[in-house]
Amino acid sequence: MKILVCMKQVPQKDAPLKLNESATWVREDVGYEINEPDAYALEAALQLKEKNGGEVVAISAGPARAQTVLREALAKGADRAIHLEDDKFVTLDAFNIARAMAAAIKDEAFDLVLTGLQSDDYGYAQTGVLLAELLGWAHATIIMQVEAKDGGIRVKRELESGYFQHVEMPLPAVLTIQSGIGKLRYATLIGIKQAKNKPLRKVSYDEVAASLRPNQLTIEKLYVPKKTKQTEVIQGTPSEVAKKLVAKLRDELRVI
Amino acid sequence: MAETILVVVEQREGKLNRVSLETLVGAQALAKQNGWQVEAVLLGSAAQLDEPAKEIAAAAVAKVTKLESDALAAYTPDGFVAALKAFLAVSEPKLVLLPHTYQIRDFAPKLAASLGSVLVSDSTGARFENGKLLFTRQMFQGKFSADVSLAGDGPHFASFQAGSYRADSLEAGSAPVETVAAAVGEIRTKPEAPFQEAKAAVDLTQAEIIISVGRGIKEQKNIPLAQALADALGGEIAASRPICDAGWLPMERQVGSSGQTVSPKLYLALGISGAIQHIVGMKGSKHIIAINKDAEAPIFEVADVAVVGNLFDIVPALTEEVKKARG
Repeated sequence: MKILVCMKQVPQKDAPLKLNESATWVREDVGYEINEPDAYALEAALQLKEKNGGEVVAISAGPARAQTVLREALAKGADRAIHLEDDKFVTLDAFNIARAMAAAIKDEAFDLVLTGLQSDDYGYAQTGVLLAELLGWAHATIIMQVEAKDGGIRVKRELESGYFQHVEMPLPAVLTIQSGIGKLRYATLIGIKQAKNKPLRKVSYDEVAASLRPNQLTIEKLYVPKKTKQTEVIQGTPSEVAKKLVAKLRDELRVI
Repeated sequence: MAETILVVVEQREGKLNRVSLETLVGAQALAKQNGWQVEAVLLGSAAQLDEPAKEIAAAAVAKVTKLESDALAAYTPDGFVAALKAFLAVSEPKLVLLPHTYQIRDFAPKLAASLGSVLVSDSTGARFENGKLLFTRQMFQGKFSADVSLAGDGPHFASFQAGSYRADSLEAGSAPVETVAAAVGEIRTKPEAPFQEAKAAVDLTQAEIIISVGRGIKEQKNIPLAQALADALGGEIAASRPICDAGWLPMERQVGSSGQTVSPKLYLALGISGAIQHIVGMKGSKHIIAINKDAEAPIFEVADVAVVGNLFDIVPALTEEVKKARG
């Protein structure tokens, strides 16, 4: 099975984010990490390869810094990587990112494309489904399990309220992977060493520009969410805080 | 002629998914602002659509369409997209609104893309401002809100997160119900029947007190800290998604959009940042106390009581104090 894993670099979870001057994006001077759901997509791909053989290719669109994510994927066991490298990719909407990726892989014959179920920055949860539409492939989202079956695959989808569903589909296909599909592996020292020599193909903005359209979605303004609730702040040493909370629980909420 | 806002109403096994009503309320509000009209469409087999269509027809909408086919009895993205695409070509709405359910997430981006449009997913509100339609949505895991707009002639698509509008403010009316035979082409995926895993042993929805842990608990070996507090208070322990993903607590103790939706008397959030997927599962709690070291954590936006501090210092002190108070 030849598997492509879409991976995004996002600001670290606890990074102190600040808005840029036009309040349309965050300032870039923060630490970055792999979008966690994409790490699970990579894990799912590596497990499929271990079981069925084949190749795992990681792809990312973003500035030079995004290469860190691809090197990490290579260190964990991906065979090669594709980097759509340009600052401009950061501001593309999900439809255009999907167009750019589809253009970058047009000469490859993948059986399966995996993405995380959503990104921690935009949170659109769309890139995988859009890729499927552009490639003309079947797809399924929020996947908890993947197994090869009769030349196709059988997947377990998570539904709401604790329900699940199995779905069979032919290949090629696109799946968005739910976090928790497997235990995330660490890169080994040997893996990190080998990653340096694994192939990484760079794709420039110009190479895919013909496939792109003007962004339809524009972020007019980013802002700190307006508070809808009166919040009482309790301060003090741990024991003072504990006493104040207990007084509240006993006298106001009457749960003690 | 007035433009149309079409709401895609979701039904499951013949039962209306009630979050659809919230989306209808959002559509009614927008329509009122601009003199547009609201229509609704439901997809499924004939037997599945009768009851939910009747319920929607009792709302103030211009028309309810049942898009019927036996091939739509089980949800598939191919079937739903083909049927809706053909329907949209005829009904020509300016705006298509959908509830942000797992099913909608699965097919709405594909539907929009098949028409060359973009979906604003996971919105929490929409309004016209100076003639421009703006959608509000959360970004960066709830740390920021964004106002976003869509270019082009449409149809424009947006999905609304649960809780964006209040279903009980749905305006009543009486609408005609039309039946349209759905055009469904080739369906590539073969869905099996939905199932539940071993029945959840814990029903968090019945708990009066919930002590919930998030990433801030750091390691599995710290879970007993929270458990001790839960025991002292006589409450249930719960968690946000990442904790259950990591296997530190069983999935059945997960609160949020993919877990249980709870409304206890007291919800004590320990080290939970407050991503929207978690908030939708607990914001109905009567009283929310949040302890988090990050003063900017979105959980504080829904908290009644905020404690900015280190949970590893505060929780043991609180457990001791609760024990003392109980004698």
